[in-house]
Amino acid sequence: MGPNLLANYGEAVSAVLFCIGFTNLLLQTNLIKKIIGLNIMDSAIYLFLAEKGYIAGRAAPIVVDGVTSAEAYINPIPSGLVLTGIVVSVSVTALMLSLTIRLYTRYHTLDLDEISTQLKKEGR
Amino acid sequence: MSKKRPASEYQKTFAFRFFRWLSGSKDPYLGEVEMHPQKEFRADPEAALRHEKEHDAILDKVYNPERNMEMKLFHKLYHATSIIFCLFLIALLLVTISWLPASGTIERPANNEVAERYIEKGLEETGAVNIVAGMILDYRAFDTLGESHVLFTATITVLILLRLNKTEKDEAELSDRRFEPKNDAILQLVATFLVPVIIIFGIYIILNGHLGPGGGFSGGAVIGAGLVLYLNAFGFKKTERFFTEKTYKWVCFFSLSFYCLAKSYSFYTGANQLHSVIPKGTPGAILSSGLILPLNIAVGLVVACTIYAFYAMFRKGGF
Repeated sequence: MGPNLLANYGEAVSAVLFCIGFTNLLLQTNLIKKIIGLNIMDSAIYLFLAEKGYIAGRAAPIVVDGVTSAEAYINPIPSGLVLTGIVVSVSVTALMLSLTIRLYTRYHTLDLDEISTQLKKEGR
Repeated sequence: MSKKRPASEYQKTFAFRFFRWLSGSKDPYLGEVEMHPQKEFRADPEAALRHEKEHDAILDKVYNPERNMEMKLFHKLYHATSIIFCLFLIALLLVTISWLPASGTIERPANNEVAERYIEKGLEETGAVNIVAGMILDYRAFDTLGESHVLFTATITVLILLRLNKTEKDEAELSDRRFEPKNDAILQLVATFLVPVIIIFGIYIILNGHLGPGGGFSGGAVIGAGLVLYLNAFGFKKTERFFTEKTYKWVCFFSLSFYCLAKSYSFYTGANQLHSVIPKGTPGAILSSGLILPLNIAVGLVVACTIYAFYAMFRKGGF
């Protein structure tokens, strides 16, 4: 163990959240719960990125009173990256939900094991 | 043939061979070739049913985790392996994080000269008070264009997956009405007051994207939420007066192509040291920071339409 685990508690929480989401993805058989797991992973990544850009004692990167020295503001780049992540996650979630709807109308169940059993029984 | 003869004797006669040739059961040149069309094979329906039942029973046995020991074992092994893997992943990530530089300090590798440059020159070069807005809509504008296109592509894909034709759409609307009460008085009253406020707030967020926290994405999401509330309260008949597939198509087309052309011009003049006609304005004023305000409006329109389109398509497979 390194020296900074307690100082980096935000990142530690994001790592635990990421693994919770990943476990959901692996162990849940319900498709909706799998998608929720993926969204938990997304949130963990946003938290990690926000922690990356944070510098203690500095303000959000919005120029106040014309102060433009780099010592006054936090790092703006991770904020921009979080924005990209949110947009992609919304799109991916919508796409996965619509695929789930199609699967449901075809197999009348959301359980992935049941769907694969039905697929095998149909001989594919 | 007045006299009845035994079959063996009759088969030797010329008449037998002639009639056999005439009826086509034997080709005289090729010998004993079958000339009649074959009888159609009729499967025994009972046997087929029995066979199908047996097949289903075997399949049920094979794919029933309670009765198939191998599958049961595999499931247990899978669960155990995934839990062990996730615990290992947590441990690995936590050890890695414990060796990272402490949070909130300046020594982190992400706080390098790029961020410094954005903060120090951002206001001067882009004219935006909000440095993040200046970054994503000026320095990294093509990234944001890509994001808008990701949203647009996602809408198209969802439309392809969930699209229904006219009759199916009517059926979906009927079944939708069974679960969603129409003309809910409380919801309508609340929506009457809330929807204008929400939409005006969204417009405020978009227009102030370069002056404070906010921008096209968040403001667009707020406007989209307002539209969804309006749709829930008043139904598709009311929203279809101003928002149809055609509206979506043209709004997205104009927003995305305006974004693309405006930013191409800006990058072209910037990269070639040409004089750009876009004024920067005074920082802090609403009409300032060059292209950022119109680009925010374009992005906001795309996002609002996308949010509304997602909701409408998930509810009834069309706008």
